[in-house]
Amino acid sequence: MSRGMSDYQLKMAFIMPTMILLILMNIFPLLWSLYLSFHRYKASMPAAPRFIGVRNYSRLLADPEIWGYFQTTAYFVILAVAVQFFIGFGLALLLNRDFRYKGFVTTLLLLPMMLSPVVVGLFWRFILSSDNAGLLNFFLSPFLKSPIGWTTNPKVAMLAVVIVDTWMWSPFMMLIALAGLSAVPKFLYEAADVDRASAWFKFRWITLPLVSPLLLIALLFRTMDAFKMFDIVYVLTREGGPGTATETVSMNLYKLAFRNYNTGKACAMAYILLIIIVALSNIYVKYLNRVKGDTQET
Amino acid sequence: MGSRKNFVHYLLLAFIAVAVIIYITPIYWILATSLKTLPDITTKLPKFVFDISLENYQKLMPSEGVPDVTYLFLGEVFVGLLLFGFFSLFNVRWLPRALSLRNLGLIWNSVFILTCLYSFLTLQPLQSRLQTDARFNFLFLMVCTIIAYLLIVPWRRTGGLTSQTTKKQRLTFVLPSVFGTIAICVVLANGGSKYFYQLLNSIIIGGGSTILAVGLGTLAAYAFSRFDIAGKDDLLFFILSTRMLPPVVVVIPIYLMYSALGLRDTHFGLILLYTTFNVSFAVWLMKGFIDEIPKEYEDAALVDGYSRFQTFLKVILPQSVTGIAATAVFCLITAWNEFAFALVLTEVGGRAVTAPPSITSATGSSGMDWGKIAAGTFVFLLPVAIFTFLMRSHLLRGVTFGAVKK
Repeated sequence: MSRGMSDYQLKMAFIMPTMILLILMNIFPLLWSLYLSFHRYKASMPAAPRFIGVRNYSRLLADPEIWGYFQTTAYFVILAVAVQFFIGFGLALLLNRDFRYKGFVTTLLLLPMMLSPVVVGLFWRFILSSDNAGLLNFFLSPFLKSPIGWTTNPKVAMLAVVIVDTWMWSPFMMLIALAGLSAVPKFLYEAADVDRASAWFKFRWITLPLVSPLLLIALLFRTMDAFKMFDIVYVLTREGGPGTATETVSMNLYKLAFRNYNTGKACAMAYILLIIIVALSNIYVKYLNRVKGDTQET
Repeated sequence: MGSRKNFVHYLLLAFIAVAVIIYITPIYWILATSLKTLPDITTKLPKFVFDISLENYQKLMPSEGVPDVTYLFLGEVFVGLLLFGFFSLFNVRWLPRALSLRNLGLIWNSVFILTCLYSFLTLQPLQSRLQTDARFNFLFLMVCTIIAYLLIVPWRRTGGLTSQTTKKQRLTFVLPSVFGTIAICVVLANGGSKYFYQLLNSIIIGGGSTILAVGLGTLAAYAFSRFDIAGKDDLLFFILSTRMLPPVVVVIPIYLMYSALGLRDTHFGLILLYTTFNVSFAVWLMKGFIDEIPKEYEDAALVDGYSRFQTFLKVILPQSVTGIAATAVFCLITAWNEFAFALVLTEVGGRAVTAPPSITSATGSSGMDWGKIAAGTFVFLLPVAIFTFLMRSHLLRGVTFGAVKK
């Protein structure tokens, strides 16, 4: 009796298409851009790439403006992730009780993170507008002397980006925290109640230790995503404006590659970014595996 | 003591209500703005009471007027959703035999197929925008509906109505709604509407890449889940890491490669790209689902004389239908929402422009038509909102790469 393909053949037939696709569409382009990063090359010009060694890199690393963009990015990542963390965890603590329509309410709160960042960012520009019918300024008007130019004032523009990003992504923190909270066994609280433990004691010594691995994963996820955020800045503050107040590394890279067509330099920049991301994602996958192991044991 | 506890409980519920209102207000504002007239939008203070007008939605429609067949499809979409909602909420027992769920589903799908046939025969193709003849889209939709229907409906007679079969039969009502939505886009795009042409592009590219990514991902996930593979963890990490790359980093070489190959601004190019983008996600998510299927099922089938491949087809695939559906929806949403690649790899007003870059490209001029943007945004967000509600039980797994389960 024929058994068709052998296990080995089947394995190869199942994995190879995916691997080939990934290699063709990821590894090959990355190698190409590595090659270009050592050359002077403009994609808009017919001139062939000219080898210039590491000059692209050295010029980038010596450029104070680039570090400015990195600072902007770091500022955004830290601020946004911290705010999202507290709001998301707070919401999860609020929602971690029984009430009617709980599922429906939770799903409503999750809507923002499923929407397209760019379309949402565009419409938030209308909500944040300072000249007419800006919803946020209207709600804040009792507390303010004059409307805030959220997207036009360089001092608060980053805050506007953080607000929009928080609106979109704090539900994500909430979702993961909620999953962690609902997995805490009830009998632990009951035992604490028998011992007349205070609410703070229960939170500090039962809730927090059991939820923290998942919270950590949520933080890592958001850090990675916030680091490469591009869409919201592109539309909300019109490509990182006003001036360069909200120009993150991703935004700068886009301008370098597709506004100035400075392809060689952009490739070098992309590689610098890549090294940071790979380092981050290494940490991330390590924790992912650890948490996965933890949840499978219980 | 009891009343104090009650008070705290209601206070916290009030906090939740405030949070929901804050989070939903922007979405409500999109809807409200899309229903306002231009003077109402540009008032100095936001206007909360306004006359509802559809003028913003009319701006999205073809300038020569909406073809009549659109309303036919629209009706079918709504009735399909209504039937689905009705039979999901109420357990109806008083219907006559002839109108059983199964027969109703069959009737409703036939009506939809006949409408497609009618449009295929009567529609005047507008050659200027769509390069291919729009009428063949209807043939395609008909075939898709029939195939999907045959896949969903259990043909073997089962004893009595189990909850599983009724659930499947209810799903048949959704088919005309899903394909009817596509049909509406086809009709309006063929009528000359730019917006619906781009929405149709989003559907084609999103749908194509989803099918490819989920198909490839399921195969690879099965292999990763069941076989010993040298350096399995490293390979899985490599697959995941491709998704971690910021799009802006990868897009430069892809842009050069696509320019050289002539793939820029083509449907195929974007489908290929989004497939790559989604396949890593599909592998991780599907691996989680397949890992949960007990190995004993397969061993039993192998003992019965099935080959490995047959086991995969007849044991694993039916068991992982939920996982496949969840993965597909997440891939679709990712492709639907994607912006950076679409922006760089298409040209303004080009053939393969998807909706996100086109909605935002309308912002170049100083005077922004917020009403039109709101209408376009709302139509664009609606499918995702519906999916979110349908997929809420899988949401956690989907957004965390299958790492966290509820």
